[in-house]
Amino acid sequence: MLEIGGVKLKSRLLTGTGKYASNELIPKVLESTGSQVITMAVRRVDLSRPMQNLLNYIPKGIQLLPNTSGAKTADEAARIARLARAMGCGNWIKIEVIRDNKYLLPDNIETIRATRILAKEGFVVLPYMSPDLMAAKALVDAGAATVMPLGSPIGSNRGIRTEELIRIIIDQINIPVIVDAGIGTPSEAAFAMEMGADAVLVNTAIATAEDPVKMGRAFSLAVEAGRMAYEVGAGRILVQGEASSPLTGFLEA
Amino acid sequence: MSFYKTIRILDDRYLLDMVESTTTWEIEALVNQKKIDEKGFLKLLSPAGSRSLEKMAQKSRKESLNHFGKAILLYSPIYISNYCVNRCIYCNFNHENNIDRKILDKEEIRKEGEAVRETGVQHILILTGESRTHTPVSYIEDALDVLVPIFSSVVLEVYPLKEDEYRRLIKAGADGVTIYQETYDETVYDKVHLAGPKKDYAFRLDAPERSLKAGARTISLGVLLGLADWRLDLFKLGLHAKYLSDRYPDAEIGLSLPRIKKIGTSETARVDYQSVSDRDFVQMMCALRLFLPFCTINISTRESSDFREKLIPIGINKMSGGVSTEVGGYATNKNGCNQFEISDHSSVEDVMAMIEKAGYQPIMKDWMTL
Ligand code: SF4
Repeated sequence: MLEIGGVKLKSRLLTGTGKYASNELIPKVLESTGSQVITMAVRRVDLSRPMQNLLNYIPKGIQLLPNTSGAKTADEAARIARLARAMGCGNWIKIEVIRDNKYLLPDNIETIRATRILAKEGFVVLPYMSPDLMAAKALVDAGAATVMPLGSPIGSNRGIRTEELIRIIIDQINIPVIVDAGIGTPSEAAFAMEMGADAVLVNTAIATAEDPVKMGRAFSLAVEAGRMAYEVGAGRILVQGEASSPLTGFLEA
Repeated sequence: MSFYKTIRILDDRYLLDMVESTTTWEIEALVNQKKIDEKGFLKLLSPAGSRSLEKMAQKSRKESLNHFGKAILLYSPIYISNYCVNRCIYCNFNHENNIDRKILDKEEIRKEGEAVRETGVQHILILTGESRTHTPVSYIEDALDVLVPIFSSVVLEVYPLKEDEYRRLIKAGADGVTIYQETYDETVYDKVHLAGPKKDYAFRLDAPERSLKAGARTISLGVLLGLADWRLDLFKLGLHAKYLSDRYPDAEIGLSLPRIKKIGTSETARVDYQSVSDRDFVQMMCALRLFLPFCTINISTRESSDFREKLIPIGINKMSGGVSTEVGGYATNKNGCNQFEISDHSSVEDVMAMIEKAGYQPIMKDWMTL
């Protein structure tokens, strides 16, 4: 079973909140996906009006994953994380430090800094990152609970364009790898899982579907299927290659 | 090189020729492209674009959903002074106009702020006319002092400032700056701004960049539609946004397309405004969205409630609600002089209901003071 920050999770599909037509869809999508972790932008959390407060739409038992959307530096991310904790959103935090509004690509250097600061303060840190092995290692050193490399830019629905880089991270990093952003269809989610991702986060593709509840269900089935296939070995394509005729066979004789 | 230097070299005749010669076939090809460059953007503004508007609108909807989802942010403007030394022919606060001049003190500003906050709105714009004697930077700083603790985001719509003045106000808690060039046509600009410091076209044009250098998180640009050729104005507005996003990629850039409203003053009555149809308006929105999918588009209450509702699925990101355009209009003084006539008199609740009816989510809070 997937375990993050000491929490055991049955579902390997994480969902979001930001792009729905109405907050009322949130509990329904959580139900249809079986998702147990949901991310929300702290900038949107509004405690002053219960009707608007999206926290009121998230059922008990669901793990909240507030994110630092809007932060441009590690320090801003840290301040947003502390605000989230003060608002009662718990101690998980998804770090998003983005200084490029065009492609919404994360700044790995600031993300590593933010991870170090917040892990020290006792947060369970899930950093959103550009898939770079050295950065992923630095995040592990900084105390990250997972790494969340992007498949393609946020909201682009373009699929896993960073496949090779993510494969390397999955291979080399021993904390959970969650593919975040860019997954546009259930088949792409299944693909990420077959590759060996520990989980995927899907927001835009579910939230902006004509029928988010049904689309959520489709994603959940795909994630399960992909995981099963990975477990029986379907996803293990030999990346390093194997020579066709043995070169060391003579040693056995 | 400042943006002023960048656009001075554009040849309007050449641009209009390109617009005229665009074919519907080219528009269809552009709509199917992943990325649209400056030239493509200009073509989208052509009469051929107008003929293929449905295709542009469909693509615009898709881009908007991917980037922003089904969420629309609500905000309200708060006018804190109408003293103005300028003579803009399209504005009631014009210096020559004999209107009740008013400037809110700190206590009155607080009352206005609280009245707006009551409605649930948490993002505001504060507005003044241009008068460095009546509303100096220190006065705006005082207003921020009162309003920043009440709201999630306070944006300035005041006269153009110098970089260090912007820095000072951002330090005082301003989240961003709104400043419309009104028109990018320098000749028309000179004609419609009869007197006052606003005559300085270049100083205004480069104000957005100064604010970003000073650390503004958001910047909103706009043109007042009806003053000059809308295609050229829109094209240059798009270039301006592109120029800023290339240099300040972390800035949130907003775009507004206010259509001019007839108002009753003698100076305004003299002008022949160019008409901008609803169809033109939709075309501009779509062209901007396809060229700059990451920019936010804002629709004000100058547009009727009915029209705003129809624009939602095409992709708008911000709307004003429960608006008063007079100084002290929310709490203090309910029958003063409006800056311009608004078409949509709906309350914040009405606007929220309208957004929900369209299948979108009204957002009241999308930032916080850090
Ligand atoms: S548009 Fe602004 S600067 Fe011009 S007259 Fe009105 S308030 Fe003054």
